Amino acid sequence: MPALNGSDTAWLLVATALVLMMTPALGFFYGGMVRAKNALNTLMMSFSALGFVGLAWALLGYSLAFGKTPLAHVLLRGVGLEAQGTIPHLLFFAYQGTFAIITAALISGAIVERMRFGPYVAFITLWSLAVYAPVAHWVWGGGWLGRLGALDFAGGTVVHVNAAAAALVCAIVVGSRKDYARQAMLPQNVPFTLLGAGLLWLGWFGFNAGSALGANASAALAFVNTMLAPTATLVVWTLLDLMRTKKATAVGAATGIVVGLVAITPAAGFVGPMSAIAIGAIAAMPSYYALLFRARTRLDDSLDVVAAHGVGGIVGALLTGVFAAKAWNGTASGSLRQLGIQAIAVLATIGYSVVVTFAIVKVISLATRVRTDARDEGLGLDFTQHGEEAYGRGDGAILLLDGGRS
Amino acid sequence: MKLIVAVIRPERLPNVLEELFTANVAGFTISRVSGHGGETERVETYRGTTVKMELTEKVRLDIGVSDHFVEPTVNAILTGARTGDVGDGKIFVLPVERVIRIRTSEEDRAAVTPVGVPSD
Repeated sequence: MPALNGSDTAWLLVATALVLMMTPALGFFYGGMVRAKNALNTLMMSFSALGFVGLAWALLGYSLAFGKTPLAHVLLRGVGLEAQGTIPHLLFFAYQGTFAIITAALISGAIVERMRFGPYVAFITLWSLAVYAPVAHWVWGGGWLGRLGALDFAGGTVVHVNAAAAALVCAIVVGSRKDYARQAMLPQNVPFTLLGAGLLWLGWFGFNAGSALGANASAALAFVNTMLAPTATLVVWTLLDLMRTKKATAVGAATGIVVGLVAITPAAGFVGPMSAIAIGAIAAMPSYYALLFRARTRLDDSLDVVAAHGVGGIVGALLTGVFAAKAWNGTASGSLRQLGIQAIAVLATIGYSVVVTFAIVKVISLATRVRTDARDEGLGLDFTQHGEEAYGRGDGAILLLDGGRS
Repeated sequence: MKLIVAVIRPERLPNVLEELFTANVAGFTISRVSGHGGETERVETYRGTTVKMELTEKVRLDIGVSDHFVEPTVNAILTGARTGDVGDGKIFVLPVERVIRIRTSEEDRAAVTPVGVPSD
């Protein structure tokens, strides 16, 4: 029974905070790309996950994912300060919770600007319990994919492929925005998107290097790979932009960074630094062209969760099976067999996520309308869902002293 | 010649533009304005502060047209801007004394007819 280790605990404390910050960062990444009338709603889709998914994780989700039996740790029963590996069990729970939160929030990119807030919150809460927790269990909680030998260092499949499969279903079931493919819908604040991408990169050091669950050599490898892979993706993405339009776009740079981070996530602690660069560079192309292709289809995956996280996640998961090097990770090397196992993990995750996500959205839509009506969509979701404006000027505002509930 | 001034919902602007272009109305100016009409009240809350927004954001179109273009223009705006709810806006048709195109000093009807559109 390994004892608690002070430096491991210190690093995981920091890493947990870094990953928690990724969810607001995602809010800004997404929030910059929607129209101004939906900016707050888009940010709230990420921020609300911090509360609703975080709480569901504490009450039930952690137990489903990491309990010896699914209900072993309900209401945090038996989760104390004893060692889990070399860090306190309670810290391990919190660290994993930040993953559940951002995975659910990722889905929002597919349904921004049209989904009602209440049904959205119900959806991500149920999704984190019925989809995220079981898939996390399969890979990290002692489940069948872990036993099969699937390599997923920090969640390329569990987080990104999983969220993207759900996003695809949500975009189809909720339907496209009424203006989709009829009007130009431009980003309201590209600096927000760059700010979000930058903060996501920062947070991702906690996501990938923290997944070593200690302050050790594996964490250092994952950390450096998290730095290197997006550098290659960013360069290739910029070159692709230049070849296509003769302009290096800022939204493209932000997207390229995220795609690189997604792709290195499953591989972070398994591959050497030059392989990380190769993974980052290779991952740019499928996502870049998937984005271009998606915009020509009727699929209104508004912020391209599928192209960025799905395609990037699949490429990363498969390339992990190619580039994994025993000399670096001490456990497994890339091989045809490993590639097959990686493919099984990806397919199983997509299959499960698609089916159960569809069931959840259908159940919610039996109880209530999941999307706003055309009038509310036209007025914008900030006012109709939240009663606030992102950029209100206050002209003509009359103070109501009775709180407006007359 | 007439000056058509329309005040419409911002979210209907793309529809109105589409209708105007379809009707061959190609010369106009738009501005973002705010005003008060008969809209149902819009209440917003920021912490303990609840406010009623008495001014609503609108888009104003100013369109100079020759007489036979008045009806097509008005119809285009009606089609594009109408939702049926209070707050769809107004169209004003005003007489115009004189119009001068700055580039050529052309006046009146020649001046309000965009380049490339037959003048009648």
